[in-house]
Amino acid sequence: MAGSGKAHLRKSDDVILRVEDLTMEFPAGGKNFVRAVSGISFDIERGETLAIVGESGCGKSTLGKAILQLPKPTSGSVNFQGQELTTLNKDALRDIRPAMQMIFQDPVSSLDPRLSVGKIVDEPLAIWNRGDEVWRSNKVDELLNAVGLDPALVRDRRSYEFSGGQCQRISIARSLALEPLLLICDEPVSALDVSVQAQILNLLQDMKERYGLTLIFISHDLAVVKAVSTRIMVMYLGKVCEISSPDELYSNPRHHYTHALVSSVPIPDPNVAARRTTLEGEPPSPMDPPSGCRFRTRCPAATDLCAQEEPQLHEVSTGHYVACHWPRS
Amino acid sequence: MSNNPMLSLRDFSVSFDTARGPLYAVRNVNIDVADGESLGIVGESGSGKTVLSRGAMGLLPKRAAHRSGTVIYDDHDLSQAPRKELREYWGTGMAMIFQDPMTALNPVRKIGSQLTEGLRVRLQMNKRDAKARGLELLHRVRIPDPEAVMEKYPFQLSGGMRQRVMIAIALACKPRLLFADEPTTALDVTVQAQVMQLLSELRHEMGMSMVIVTHDLGVVAGHTDRIAVMYAGEVVEIAPTKRLFANMQMPYTEALMKSIPRLDAPSGQRLPVISGRLPDPTQPETGCSFASRCPYVTDKCRASTPPLVEVAPGHSYRCWFPIGGSR
Repeated sequence: MAGSGKAHLRKSDDVILRVEDLTMEFPAGGKNFVRAVSGISFDIERGETLAIVGESGCGKSTLGKAILQLPKPTSGSVNFQGQELTTLNKDALRDIRPAMQMIFQDPVSSLDPRLSVGKIVDEPLAIWNRGDEVWRSNKVDELLNAVGLDPALVRDRRSYEFSGGQCQRISIARSLALEPLLLICDEPVSALDVSVQAQILNLLQDMKERYGLTLIFISHDLAVVKAVSTRIMVMYLGKVCEISSPDELYSNPRHHYTHALVSSVPIPDPNVAARRTTLEGEPPSPMDPPSGCRFRTRCPAATDLCAQEEPQLHEVSTGHYVACHWPRS
Repeated sequence: MSNNPMLSLRDFSVSFDTARGPLYAVRNVNIDVADGESLGIVGESGSGKTVLSRGAMGLLPKRAAHRSGTVIYDDHDLSQAPRKELREYWGTGMAMIFQDPMTALNPVRKIGSQLTEGLRVRLQMNKRDAKARGLELLHRVRIPDPEAVMEKYPFQLSGGMRQRVMIAIALACKPRLLFADEPTTALDVTVQAQVMQLLSELRHEMGMSMVIVTHDLGVVAGHTDRIAVMYAGEVVEIAPTKRLFANMQMPYTEALMKSIPRLDAPSGQRLPVISGRLPDPTQPETGCSFASRCPYVTDKCRASTPPLVEVAPGHSYRCWFPIGGSR
């Protein structure tokens, strides 16, 4: 897996975010470094939903935060609407932040338990001095209505009085307060029940249409992202494996890792469930990644070449890019 | 060995005292688990599935939780048994795997010490035998390099590894009935598949009975013999797994099934949802508990509670107008 390479980057004017060779390292004692993200490039066009998929520890959350410069990446470039974020100073970066918002995995712990729901949603507006109090109050009501909560019932209550799904709605309302262009959703539904997941996924779709958002959707669950994404990027150990449209990726996964991910999705059918192939073992440590293709230690098709040379992303069919020496046919 | 079920719950109910009055978490549940059987209990958060499994094992706090009905384990009535007597059954008779392996393991004790504790206390093994058995258990749950893992602390292991350790601890004293409460919910999809596979293999190897509690019908589809669907503290449908998927009767089961995101569904489409939410468990309603969210609701559903009726051997449901019936 793995690859580096930029064959998949587009030249269109509609590109709202372009990330090139992004690397994020964390010190891990002594001379060791954890390379959570190593040399990732991708772009997103306005109105797209890019899903970033991979197992725990593949660097997908770190990548999401690195885009927002939380913290600044070790190297590489993040270009948002023609502006290079990695070289901006603190004040300039702060000015650009309202346009990029994030919602987090655990909706309960990402809301302040001491603030009322009205205050939580109002906080970004208050910090940025948007409008007067009446305008802000109306805006809060509008946002709460938009996410399917009744302002009269919820405004004065605290977050701990709500279920996980409702807390995620509050988080979404808060993230939309400053009318962002780009919304990064980090595992927004993995802490929720199956039945509530569907409600939140539909809500995100509605919000995207209503507010003209561009979404980055980070998840470990391919079935969840299938419903919402227009493009999927599969990551493994800090590298990109495969990029494609969802339908193409699921019907024709070319990377062996993508194939394993697809076949791990539980199928609600007792006759099918017994015949699935599962991925053995666990990902290697990102402190000491394998040479060449990083997936080779778990890959059924690995050869000597995979240990020697890192595969580059190349186009296998229109809009479908794979970083593998021996892609599945 | 008798023909009686391994575990039998009759009119089993659990309520909690709250500031707003009694909260009815589990209501009149009748379930049997046969020797060697794997039963899935499926429902949303708040449906009472976790309280049911903990209540059956006697793990709920005595003062806060009121249990009624009977719990018969292996021909012993445990419903009124004092904690001291219940302890005799924990570990060797019934054991439980908890949802979150990080909080269920003690963060300041090494894996080895947590793993051998049950062996030393319950089976009175000496230190060396317990360690040997501990290593064998870790090997059995497919943990690479068990010797090293014995010396580690929970935070040094990945989520999947921690869940394997939890399974090893639960299996240490060779229980005859294993409760697995959302065993894979905190895990990645790939690891989830591995852990479910492992649980199924171990069940067959050891001839255990197993109760898997989950909110995801997809997870239990290939790993259970029977499934009980719970809603608002009641069992609303119970059937052999294949029959349930092929022939579900209860609109709630259908709604749960439809809300699972599927790979074979076209992308970019809205997912079917179950609108509304669970009824307030402190306010017992008249009529069917699912009436407020059911797409097929009629006046009869709101007025009177449907009884549990059997359509085929082992397949019962609680609905006035079942799917496929005359509406």
